[in-house]
Amino acid sequence: MASFKKIARRSFLVGSAAILGGVAFGTYKYHQPAPNPLEPAAGKAVLNPFVFVDQSGVTLIAPRAEMGQGVRTSWAALIAEELDVDPGKVTVLHGPAAKAYYNSAMMGEVLPGRGYNNSSFQHSLGQVVGHTAKFFDLQVTGGSSSMKDGFERMRRAGASARETLKEAAAQKLGVSRALLETKDGQVLAPDGVTLSYAELAADAAKIDAQEVELRPASQWKYIGKTVPRVDMVAKVTGTAGFGVDTRVEGMKFAAIKQSPYFGAGKRSFDASAAQDMPGVEAILDLGDAVAVVGSNTWLAQQAVDAIEVDWEAPSYPETTDAIFAEIAQAFDGSPNSTMRDDGDVEAALPEGAEVIEAEYQLPYLAHATMEPMNATALYTGDALQIWAPNQGPTVVQQAAADLTGLSKDTIQVHTTYLGGGFGRRIEVDYTNRAVQIAQQMKGTPVQLTWSREEDMSHDYFRPGAIARYRAAVKDGQAVMVHGKIAAQSTTREAAGRMLGLPMSGPDKGHVDAAFNQPLAIPSFRVEGYLAKPMIPVGFWRSVAASFNGFFSDSIIDEMAHKAGRDPLEFRLELARAEWEPAAKVLETVREMSGWSGTTPDGIGRGVAMVYSFGTPVAQVIEVADQDGQIRITKAWIAADLGLAVDPQNIEAQMFGGLAYGLSAACFGEITFDGGAVEQENFPDYDAMRMPSMPQVEVAVLQNQKHMGGAGEPGTPPAAPALANAIFDLTGQRARRLPLMHDFDLLI
Amino acid sequence: MSKTLRINGKTHQVDLPDDVPLLWVLRDELGMTGTKFGCGVAACGACTVQVDGEAMRSCQLSLGDVEGDVTTIEGLGTPDNLAAIQTAWVEHQVAQCGYCQSGQIMQAASLLAENPAPSDADIDEAMQGNLCRCGTYPRIRAAIHSAAKMMQEA
Repeated sequence: MASFKKIARRSFLVGSAAILGGVAFGTYKYHQPAPNPLEPAAGKAVLNPFVFVDQSGVTLIAPRAEMGQGVRTSWAALIAEELDVDPGKVTVLHGPAAKAYYNSAMMGEVLPGRGYNNSSFQHSLGQVVGHTAKFFDLQVTGGSSSMKDGFERMRRAGASARETLKEAAAQKLGVSRALLETKDGQVLAPDGVTLSYAELAADAAKIDAQEVELRPASQWKYIGKTVPRVDMVAKVTGTAGFGVDTRVEGMKFAAIKQSPYFGAGKRSFDASAAQDMPGVEAILDLGDAVAVVGSNTWLAQQAVDAIEVDWEAPSYPETTDAIFAEIAQAFDGSPNSTMRDDGDVEAALPEGAEVIEAEYQLPYLAHATMEPMNATALYTGDALQIWAPNQGPTVVQQAAADLTGLSKDTIQVHTTYLGGGFGRRIEVDYTNRAVQIAQQMKGTPVQLTWSREEDMSHDYFRPGAIARYRAAVKDGQAVMVHGKIAAQSTTREAAGRMLGLPMSGPDKGHVDAAFNQPLAIPSFRVEGYLAKPMIPVGFWRSVAASFNGFFSDSIIDEMAHKAGRDPLEFRLELARAEWEPAAKVLETVREMSGWSGTTPDGIGRGVAMVYSFGTPVAQVIEVADQDGQIRITKAWIAADLGLAVDPQNIEAQMFGGLAYGLSAACFGEITFDGGAVEQENFPDYDAMRMPSMPQVEVAVLQNQKHMGGAGEPGTPPAAPALANAIFDLTGQRARRLPLMHDFDLLI
Repeated sequence: MSKTLRINGKTHQVDLPDDVPLLWVLRDELGMTGTKFGCGVAACGACTVQVDGEAMRSCQLSLGDVEGDVTTIEGLGTPDNLAAIQTAWVEHQVAQCGYCQSGQIMQAASLLAENPAPSDADIDEAMQGNLCRCGTYPRIRAAIHSAAKMMQEA
């Protein structure tokens, strides 16, 4: 296995492999490669920051958080596609925090434009803008961006590594490189001589990396096919190392109590009941929190529960109603954005047009990853090590540097497997807490695990949101849609806290999946309104699309019914006139589900189509009346990824995204009283379980020109498809979630 | 108090207060990290182990109350020697983040020991206490059916 011991930090920088592993075009400053973070001992070759070869074989570095989406497998497959190694036979590691591992695709999302109708030129421009992410050291996993980010870079890394190894073999054998072939981790010479990559490693390290054309799609062995997950065996045997599984010699365990009020400090605390409890080794004052370090997590938790703290009062509206009243006030100001304004929504409506006015409201939501927030840290005064299940190693590193005053090159971040991410683990609050504790326990490694109650009540929540729509239909046709959306701004608040970047101007993320839906409506305006910061908000699987998908598809469903049209045919007509791939996903779920426009008594069906993160996804959901209760029985999903790198894995992301969306739609809400979160644990924040999960069929299409994301787009259509199905069954329209308040769900 | 535990066929001696849940004895005292902490209130099933073959939530089982032989995910099979149920999990590529899967597998193994050919309704009933936020349920269901078949043919 590769180790990351130091050699001269910049010794490998000049090789073109490093350039290929980083960025491959143009002459701008940011095209210079970032320092190669893999620093091998003598006799080992680091061919570029993504491939590592030594005597034991090939190690591929997939520096993206493996949180269940299969990125380790798919990035390894992209490298293997060019390198000619079996992805099942190589070691795949996450690697250290490093600039070279910046995410080139995510910043591209900030470009204006609807996405689906961007030209290839705009997509290239997206890539260029993406490289500015390097300036921010953004090694992050999010935005359903890993395949878009890695598709070119990983294959180039593999190709360059292959040709460099061949060049080393050519020099050794005294033959032309052109005569050599590669297979299963070996270079093959025409005379039958074979040299393994491992035995060529030392020589390859001495020569400049080679640059070659990438293989055409016709030669692909892994891309487009299902590759067994490299993490599967570990995950079914309990041997995959998650954050909480970190074990370091001499390690202690800690528990924490943070203020129930966001941003509020503490006045005083009384730990007298805790100090003599079994297993307690230290009681720590963290300023705005208290912690107990002990011999095991549970004993530490009992002790921290026994500490009485007098917290400062909250400085924001204290109840759910007051918070939503504040969100609604945003409508009184001027819009932050008008990202779509087709036709004229204010023009007089034609005679006979029927108008719908609807207000929708969605709650704040917690991520509730299965693995609670945790991190392990060891502080030695002049250096710091952090082990954490995180989505942004360089963000963790920067935050720890800010907190401790250490320079970044003395801070090592080890990224473990993530027991769920969903956007929660791009934050650094939980790593900072571990660092704070470690600073007071100099020389002792300490693992901090939050209780589930601490995790649920101290999230960066999906913002609560309100939408006001006015729409019109006439003669069975859509005439006008005017949507206004108000919520706290996830993008602005996160950018401020993570990058220290005050953002201004129109917030595109806030209206994503509302303004950019591929539907041709003659007059179509979407305005975003930003509510003031109150509750900490963050990136929740599909971000604003998680609420906008519900708003924008629900109003379309209401219009279809008002117009007396079949809801699927109504959408299909609007999609076909705007963007063919969106129409195709609707046609596909129509065929899969045998959609006929009618359902027997006791059965309801709903359809939804939402475009987000570059991927149009249509879902049909079927519900059944079971002795007066509603059961979700079936779901059909069609998604167009453009190019599907691993169809079986995409299928898993699609039904997983559906489950995440249905969980929120049925049960998910975070409410506030006295400034504190009212939900504590899974009994009051439940999710889909085996009996409530519908049967699912997934179709993965490849009609569109550009590569779409997979991790998030399955989530936004779930809530509207379910609400539309329940309307079909009951005649009652759901304009607020979760559905459990208004419907009797069988769970 | 000092207590002797039989875990995966081996004897372990621990000296801890008897109200410490078995979960934390396994994880923090014995270094057996395959069993996971999810909620601490028996609401998610991530900590499921078997005691004399019966699936139990180890976060609610106090050390003092442990009677019988404990089996954890580590005792079911290893990466080099998978149990049939683990082979079925690999075959169906069930895990996503994987955090809940130790508990899912221990619960399912207990179901199959009791009911070698469970129906979908039996699976719903047995598995409802095991939460998976990634939503892997369709593949868990398929893997349980496969494992049942595999075990019957064996």
